[in-house]
Amino acid sequence: MLSLPLSTRCVRPWAAATQKLPKVTKSTTSHMSSAGSETTRAAAATRDAPAKVGVYAGGKEMPFTSILRIEDPDKLPVWPVFRVLDDDGSVRADAVEPKLGKETALKMYGNMVRLEAMDDIFYNAQRQGRISFYLQSAGEEALQMGGAAALDMNDMAFTQYREPGLLMWRDFGVQSFADQCLSNISDLGKGRQMPVHYGSKELHYQTVSSPLGTQIPQAVGAGYALKLSGKDNIAVCYFGDGAASEGDFHAALALAATRDVPVLFVCRNNGYAISTSVADQYRGDGIVSRAPGYGMHAVRVDGNDALAMFAATAEARRVCLSQKKPVLMEAMTYRLGHHSTSDDWSRYRSSNEVKQWKANHHPIRRFYSYLEGKGWWDSAKDRVLRDRERRSVLIALETAERKAKPSLGSMFEDVYEVVPPHLQEQKHQLYAHLERNAGRYDGAGG
Amino acid sequence: MSPSVARCPRSLAAGSAGLRNVVLSATSASSTGSRIRSASDSLLLRPPRSNREPRRQRWTAASKGGALARPRALHPPGFPNRRASSVVDNDIDEDDDSVAAGAHGTKGASAAAGPGSGCGTRYAEGPSTRMNLFTAVNAGLRTAMETDDTAIVFGEDVAFGGVFRCTGGLKEQFGPDRVFDSTLCEQGIAGFAIGYASMGKTAIAEIQFADYIFPAFDQIVNEAAKFRYRSGDQFNCGGLTIRAPCGAVGHGGHYHSQSPESYFAHTPGLKVVMPRNATEAKGLLLASVREPDPVIFFEPKILYRTSVEDVPDGDYEVPLGVADVMREGTDVTLVGWGAQLRVMSEACDDAEKEGISCELIDLRTILPWDFDTVSRSVKKTGRLVVSHEAPRTGGFAAEVAADMQERCFLHLEAPVQRVCGYDTPFPLVFEKFYVPGRFKVLDAVRDAVNY
Repeated sequence: MLSLPLSTRCVRPWAAATQKLPKVTKSTTSHMSSAGSETTRAAAATRDAPAKVGVYAGGKEMPFTSILRIEDPDKLPVWPVFRVLDDDGSVRADAVEPKLGKETALKMYGNMVRLEAMDDIFYNAQRQGRISFYLQSAGEEALQMGGAAALDMNDMAFTQYREPGLLMWRDFGVQSFADQCLSNISDLGKGRQMPVHYGSKELHYQTVSSPLGTQIPQAVGAGYALKLSGKDNIAVCYFGDGAASEGDFHAALALAATRDVPVLFVCRNNGYAISTSVADQYRGDGIVSRAPGYGMHAVRVDGNDALAMFAATAEARRVCLSQKKPVLMEAMTYRLGHHSTSDDWSRYRSSNEVKQWKANHHPIRRFYSYLEGKGWWDSAKDRVLRDRERRSVLIALETAERKAKPSLGSMFEDVYEVVPPHLQEQKHQLYAHLERNAGRYDGAGG
Repeated sequence: MSPSVARCPRSLAAGSAGLRNVVLSATSASSTGSRIRSASDSLLLRPPRSNREPRRQRWTAASKGGALARPRALHPPGFPNRRASSVVDNDIDEDDDSVAAGAHGTKGASAAAGPGSGCGTRYAEGPSTRMNLFTAVNAGLRTAMETDDTAIVFGEDVAFGGVFRCTGGLKEQFGPDRVFDSTLCEQGIAGFAIGYASMGKTAIAEIQFADYIFPAFDQIVNEAAKFRYRSGDQFNCGGLTIRAPCGAVGHGGHYHSQSPESYFAHTPGLKVVMPRNATEAKGLLLASVREPDPVIFFEPKILYRTSVEDVPDGDYEVPLGVADVMREGTDVTLVGWGAQLRVMSEACDDAEKEGISCELIDLRTILPWDFDTVSRSVKKTGRLVVSHEAPRTGGFAAEVAADMQERCFLHLEAPVQRVCGYDTPFPLVFEKFYVPGRFKVLDAVRDAVNY
């Protein structure tokens, strides 16, 4: 496995503090550790030797101090961002280059280009009124594909709505994406959810739901199921910097830590929750700094660096499995597009800010430069790839548009495993209404 | 409260012997239509098979793996093998082990009644044990875990046995991986349980009080309920059961008394269940755990120690979605669920003394509810009283009333009466005025009959 500087990082503020503490031994333990009267007498006898540590509920030993100090979080060191590639695509001098192999690297790149093409065409299709809604991943392709490549195909994924890259990596075809966005008969979700709410049981990708953060404690439960069944798989859970403010985030991390669950939390910190900047989302050092409070392993990664995402995800996964513990990863990135097709970013951020990110930190361009430097890719191949991907997305969209909608009767199915009497009755009521109002409804077939 | 009397197993045993006689004589008198029965007697006295069979078949035939199809389910009526049960007016305290003895009291013989002792529900073959409702829940959980290696039980304070003692001994038997304390976070409990169940496993989560279920409302309503539907049946969390104690208890105030079933009954995809006694609790709980849909299982906490019965030791299920006609009558139909049935049963006794023949129905499952059984009864009696502890406006009685006026309009002789809690928060010191007690129900019965 890869050896990464996770453990060599020396910025933990509490590490410096603990170095100054006395070594805790039985003899220095204060009377608080015991309620026995004998111990109390012993404590009284040694009153001139002040207690150095207390032992509190849960067995936690804590040093005593006579220095009153309110800690200032701004004085704590900032968590560093792990990166392998610099913005120009060159491997950093002191970085360990993950041994991806040409095939994996090109598959990652190919999927990033495919995701970009799909985003572009579906976004424009929405603007033309061909699909009702869309959410782009623009700017976060490396985050998604780098992580996806490091996960096992059987790791159960719980995602938000800006991680279709993971599903794409697992060979969910562009046609399947298009079918979902068009709510046609081939949509695995049977036309019941808005576009981009993908899901595939076969590909271990739980169906996306709109409420933010709800998937986080669910991933913990799934990870616990994997742990109890002795499988060498983890649950992986993606969410944004905004969702990390939801109660479910806290609920999930506390449960994962206390139950020792092999789950990898990946926060995509792209700077914005729709329009709300992270400046209004939290005051601390991002999301990663919360992990120690939960007693959880953590790492902060450059989300626009596909290699860093690959390496960090692989290492975090190894920690999850080998130690049966959760890991929190904060992937720093930037949302280049609108939140969704219902949003307009120009109303809350400057075009210069967006241009700067696009020009200097574009994840696909950075990975392209890396591949080019390795001699694995060039501009001619790139043109062919991009043309091919765009064509296949267009074909998929047109094909999806031609497919029929799901049958009307399916509206009443899957609420329960078996359709109960009151739903059978309501279905018949609808059919009776349609019969009496023939011609007033489109698409009432089935 | 006088625990020594109210919780004394001996007094219950004596009472049950007396009830047995009542039951037998009532059975013999059933053809004359004059009946004096307690709520619990219905366990022994059920409508004849011919009356009930079609209803059950209708529901279970539509249910894949429905109760009748399940090998462990033994629901056909037969000869009762149980002594009469009893409910004692009582009060309870959390975490009071002193009465546990009452729970584990007498180990019954098979108690098989001989032929001719009347119709009744046979819940399970074999011996039974006298126990209260929390012990019946405990027994149900134990059976669920013994028969399903993936079943886990967790929640706040469940590892040591739970504040109501429902999970006692489970950690010792099944280990700390399968029975454990969660963090103090209801939305986490629900979310974790949903995720665990989504892996095809069985999660039995406890919310310590139904009053505290609301932080988990989003997970239950937006996630659990829609899990199967939104994924096109690719994923489901059918292995999920959330247990929560509910209802008035005498001193619970706003936050230890609520009955929030109607909030959940408004959510397609959930099943909502509330048992009325210990025997039903075990059977309904086992059915809920094994149901392929997520179930919210409300346990009336007033019954934890006051409903004491001979609960079959075996593995049995009471099917969901099937109401139970506890008592037959001709003048008025009363519909309720959970602990309210005790109150309504007393009101029925009072009404019978005034010559009013009451039919009492336990809905058992609030969603999806058995409107067929209720409408059949209302068409017969022409009058309906629905009662629950929860506030009146938007309560589930409103749904029952609206539905019945649609189905039975021309049969109704009087407006449907609702006897509910008032639309105030649950008022600590005024509880006896707030709850829809025996005399309020009796008033409603009289109003319906004299309209």
